[in-house]
Amino acid sequence: MKYIDEYRNPDLVRKLIGDIKRSCTREWKIMEVCGGQTHAFLRFGLDQALYPEVQMIHGPGCPVCVTPVEKIDTAIALSFRDNVLLCSFGDMLRVPGTEKSLLSARVEGAHVQTVYSPLDAVRIAQEDTSKEVVFFAVGFETTAPMNAISVKKAKELGLRNYSILCAQVLVPTAIEVLLNDSACQIDGFLSAGHVCTVMGYWEYEPIAEKYKKPIVVTGFEPIDLLLGVRNCVELLEGGKYGVVNAYPRSVRREGNTQAQALIKEVFEVCDRNWRGIGVIPQSGLKLKPEYIDYDAEVKFADLVCISVTKTTVCIAGEILQGKKKPSECPAFAKECTPENPLGAPMVSNEGACSAYYQYSHSRRD
Amino acid sequence: MNPGEFGSTGISWSCPIGSTASGKITLAHGGGGTLMHKLIKDVFEKHFSNPYLRQHHDSTVIDLGKVRVAFTTDSFVVKPIFFPGGDIGKLAVCGTLNDLAVAGACPLYLSAGFILEEGLGVDVLEKIVCSMRREADLAGVSIVTGDTKVIEQKAEDGLYINTSGIGIIKFEVPPSPKNICRGDRIIINGDIGRHGIAVLSARENITFEPVIESDCMNLAPAILSLYEAGVEVHCLRDCTRGGLATSLNELAEESQLSFIIEEYSVPIKDEVRGACEILGLNPLYVANEGRFVAFVPEEDVSNALDILKDLYPDFTPAEIGRVIDKQNSPVILRNYVGIDTSLPMLSGEQLPRIC
Repeated sequence: MKYIDEYRNPDLVRKLIGDIKRSCTREWKIMEVCGGQTHAFLRFGLDQALYPEVQMIHGPGCPVCVTPVEKIDTAIALSFRDNVLLCSFGDMLRVPGTEKSLLSARVEGAHVQTVYSPLDAVRIAQEDTSKEVVFFAVGFETTAPMNAISVKKAKELGLRNYSILCAQVLVPTAIEVLLNDSACQIDGFLSAGHVCTVMGYWEYEPIAEKYKKPIVVTGFEPIDLLLGVRNCVELLEGGKYGVVNAYPRSVRREGNTQAQALIKEVFEVCDRNWRGIGVIPQSGLKLKPEYIDYDAEVKFADLVCISVTKTTVCIAGEILQGKKKPSECPAFAKECTPENPLGAPMVSNEGACSAYYQYSHSRRD
Repeated sequence: MNPGEFGSTGISWSCPIGSTASGKITLAHGGGGTLMHKLIKDVFEKHFSNPYLRQHHDSTVIDLGKVRVAFTTDSFVVKPIFFPGGDIGKLAVCGTLNDLAVAGACPLYLSAGFILEEGLGVDVLEKIVCSMRREADLAGVSIVTGDTKVIEQKAEDGLYINTSGIGIIKFEVPPSPKNICRGDRIIINGDIGRHGIAVLSARENITFEPVIESDCMNLAPAILSLYEAGVEVHCLRDCTRGGLATSLNELAEESQLSFIIEEYSVPIKDEVRGACEILGLNPLYVANEGRFVAFVPEEDVSNALDILKDLYPDFTPAEIGRVIDKQNSPVILRNYVGIDTSLPMLSGEQLPRIC
């Protein structure tokens, strides 16, 4: 298939892996920030092929995994309300809240619909104005522009029955949290290519400078990932730091300025609770005051849930920091499986634990 | 530092999460993956267990005097009931015919049980029944008994069908997981993933260009042709729910051997691959309704492929892997980039991803 097969060429993959391993004079720990990259590393077995010269550490960049429990509880509470239709991307449905997931709520008769774009949710709201349509706006900077468009469009159409339950999070702040930890062992980062397609990579330059770490903008296909790793290792071996763009076919330094303008027009930066991490200051987006009528948490303030249940078995925090591998968790693949996740990284396909579970059965022994 | 305590930032890294072990049936229990297998083992096998059930095949083989018959049942709950390339009626007939065919049986008679929700249009029902009649006629089988029940309305076009079937096995050694041998080659009769994508696109109202049609079809003619041509068929399985990967895992477990699959050799149409890339689905787990894997000795591969290609020139049948001694992973995938990874059974439902 065009534009896919070129980036999965086995000969080139083998050559790149060989080149990278030979160029290492010591072992390096590199974190891929994005869950989509984690999934690809494990699906193609690239992390194993690079080991031990390069040890991939799986970062917190899975939007499904970091959406806090109380948001999911709120979404579930909304979906049980008579005139509400809760619209969501598919993989949010399985994430457990305090007592149930949106999927199990649907079994009990809640109104939950999978959509592929927030604009589908706007269309549904337009077709049936007797229904309150709430879109579960989850994701990093990649989903923010479309969510912004949906709110703007609803306003233009004069729709009073559309709102978003907003759980948008921002990548650069998360990287800083990791680097601020005194116990941080990460030598370099692969930054998410799609986030940088929207936001550019200028935001990472001061971070690379401040913490003296290489940050390489990286794509998602095997060749893209290996080029990202090779660039990162080159910088590390040369004792250099800074930001390198290894995904130039999609990313420019300034990013998609139109999309950024849309985000700025509709959203403002706010503190955000990350599941498994806690509240990170200035790490999320919320609707600006002029769009407040489209904020489901304001519109349905009576249904907003505040809940925190703690479990002690799960080591999600250490996994997200890269201090432990999923397979080092005592619950991994025993009590904790994708069907019955104890921690958020086991939930989504992009979560480190789930990706491990799916693609590394042989590694469990 | 204590686990869960986050260095100098003072942020806590515990993962707050509730309990999900509700003891209730969820949709994932019907997804054909690990949850369903656990349910079958823990509830059905626990109480129904007998030598016939323990054959673990799509049909049960029963000796009635000198006649050896295959007997099977299947229920169909697909939504929507009409989709590109088929409908629930065609599916209900072909699904049961295929379960008989992969047991090496010539299908003879079917039953049809209908559960209808009040409010269903009689014209809609008749359309489905005509579709069943057409498929049965094409296959030369008769629907000889049936049942109808009506329940309260839960959805639009509420229509569910159960079909059972019996067929006669004429071959000395019918295909079975226990006949799989080390060195056997694994072939598939065509490109995978069409049915799952066709149904998903109809259900979620997403259109792909060109339209992806379900592969739903009666497999008996293809399978009987293999036997008639003298191909030594050790085992067969249709790759329905949970896709090719799940069927392979089931057979690896039942045969106590491992399989190595070359991802590049697995035929997938570009439009199906494209749809899967967009939706974040792995085509190896996407449902089929007209595809089977056959385990044959190496020397029979080219003969088998020639027969399948003659019958269905558009399907690109292919050799996709071979049987090896038991390994840690029941099914090993030599992936597109040439690295071996484990190809586990589907766990939970495959859900389209955010990004």
